[in-house]
Amino acid sequence: MEHKLKKYLRTETLPTPFCPGCGHGILMTNILRAIDELELDFRNMLFVSGIGCAGWIPSPHYKADTLHVTHGRPIAFATGAKLFNPQLKVMVISGDGDLASIGGNHLIHAARRDTDITVICANNEIYGMTGGQVSCTTGEGTYTSTTMGGNPERPFDLCRLVEAAGAGYVARSSVMHTRPLINYIKKALCHRGFSFIDVLSPCPTHYGRKEDRPSPPEILRDLMKRCITRQKAEDSPPETIEGKIIIGEFVS
Amino acid sequence: MRQDAPYFNLPTVRTVCCIHLSRGERLFAPTINDMNENLNGDIPPGEYFWEGNEAVAEGAIRAGCRFFAGYPISPSIEIMERMSNRLPEAGGVFVQMEDEIASLGAVIGAVWAGAKAMTATSGPGLSLMAENIGYAVMTETPCVIVDVQRVGPSTGQATRPYSGDMMQVKWCSSSDYQIIALSPWSIQEMYELTVQAFNLAETYRVPVFIMSDAAIAHLRETCTVPGMDELAVLDRRKSPGGPHFGTDDPRGVPPMASFGEGEALLITGSTHDEFGYRKTQDPNIQKKLTTRLNEKILRNADKIAQMEEYLTGDADTVVVAYGIAARAALAAVKQARNRGVKAGLLRLKTVWPFPERTIHSLKARRIFVPEMNRGQIAQEVQRSARANTAVFSITRVDGEVITPGEILEAVLS
Repeated sequence: MEHKLKKYLRTETLPTPFCPGCGHGILMTNILRAIDELELDFRNMLFVSGIGCAGWIPSPHYKADTLHVTHGRPIAFATGAKLFNPQLKVMVISGDGDLASIGGNHLIHAARRDTDITVICANNEIYGMTGGQVSCTTGEGTYTSTTMGGNPERPFDLCRLVEAAGAGYVARSSVMHTRPLINYIKKALCHRGFSFIDVLSPCPTHYGRKEDRPSPPEILRDLMKRCITRQKAEDSPPETIEGKIIIGEFVS
Repeated sequence: MRQDAPYFNLPTVRTVCCIHLSRGERLFAPTINDMNENLNGDIPPGEYFWEGNEAVAEGAIRAGCRFFAGYPISPSIEIMERMSNRLPEAGGVFVQMEDEIASLGAVIGAVWAGAKAMTATSGPGLSLMAENIGYAVMTETPCVIVDVQRVGPSTGQATRPYSGDMMQVKWCSSSDYQIIALSPWSIQEMYELTVQAFNLAETYRVPVFIMSDAAIAHLRETCTVPGMDELAVLDRRKSPGGPHFGTDDPRGVPPMASFGEGEALLITGSTHDEFGYRKTQDPNIQKKLTTRLNEKILRNADKIAQMEEYLTGDADTVVVAYGIAARAALAAVKQARNRGVKAGLLRLKTVWPFPERTIHSLKARRIFVPEMNRGQIAQEVQRSARANTAVFSITRVDGEVITPGEILEAVLS
């Protein structure tokens, strides 16, 4: 029996180029699960992605219209396509460096305009494709190729950023929390206006290596432990949630 | 109506504020389009007293442009202002983006959604667009970019005319590529060359630039809008199934498709094969793509190139000029003739691809190239001219329009 998601893929492009233990393959599958559960017309979907590992999630793998653009600019390209043809269902899938560092301006302006697109940030907290340099989402003190003494800067909380800019649907999940992730993607796709999901997706090759944690299973287990739900975070004393990643829906 | 944002209550807001409104869900009242249903948003034929920027906007709408994204920059502002009013009337979409990078990005996105699209800027904005210009070249995205040139470098003098971007427009993005650039000298040509810019973009699937400047952008002249069947408007070639990113013809232009047509388009700025699949390690595919992207323009240069000659038949002295400087050049040539010099003018309407063969065919003893820059195109003329022809550059770099007197003085010397 053929896998039910196979029809959404350009199978000749498989296997994916992602490293062993990378979360992007899980995210790639779960976006398709959400689309499949919603029974959306894949022929009417446009996936826009930028530069970096996450840009490869839709392009070339998804058998739909895909637009793989310049670094940081997928939201700008998506805006033009959506405005000219509002019938298209437009999803932007890219990384934290692409969407929030070099492309941060487009991210906040699309949220402010309430452009009717869904943005999924495959957030590995690092520049993976170029060899593990610090990103605007890398935690303080983290060792990377360009912060060998520990990251002296604070990271962005992307959910709070787009919420402040006016996003109508905002959620965070991780590739280890797939059922809520699928639900959030479905809700984002059904939301009329700008929607954003921050998806934690670990990079064992670069993030893990510099942190001296090269084992993918260990990194994935650690990600499970770092994430706590919004409800649990609200019920816990502040000192007990320090360093935790709060997952859940923030604007819905 | 949103009560929390006071400016939303202003009754005079005419741009489409609420982005997730569908096209057609209009917020506004009677329009030219409603009054002239059969004109499809175009202004009725007749005579208009326009400035250059207005003529460009109307030419774009006549050519079928239905999407404009831009960012305010002097001296191009009137183009986006007029488009913001006129496009909704014509059933099109206007959006003011957060910067020039996003503007060209939105234009390219809209083109692949099926639009003919344009943006307008000036030198500093063009610098920001550089990377997406390369993307448009690599993905063979037809689009029109108006560069209303001003004095630089950097912020320079924002409202003073210059021709300083003649090389930037050709070389601003990385690696080897070709673009098309047109240089109008009158308001009539601002209108007509804008229509042609769209036709060339659609024919060759390449970004086409209109090289305006602060002087011609704000010059007012009569512009005659021709009847609907008197001006050719060309559309992109389509062929379902493609391939959309290559042909076996080394100078060929592949057919296009749009999002939502079921083609599962695979569009990337990475090196790709004719179906769009990334081939980031294959030297043969890189060579084939680079060659075709260049040759589809260069091998058709004679078809693309447009120029006008005045009094060149017996001329031993030819002035080669473009844009607003050509107006001064024509006056200077006439005055030189009155003084017995066998002078003529070759006026370039197409600056890129550079008309090398035309320049080489000039049998003149002397060629003068007046420019409002330090001699950017004079270098192109120099390398194209015959060995026994002396090429002289006449420059003006103070942000003033070059005068007939300056050119005449050089020609008589």
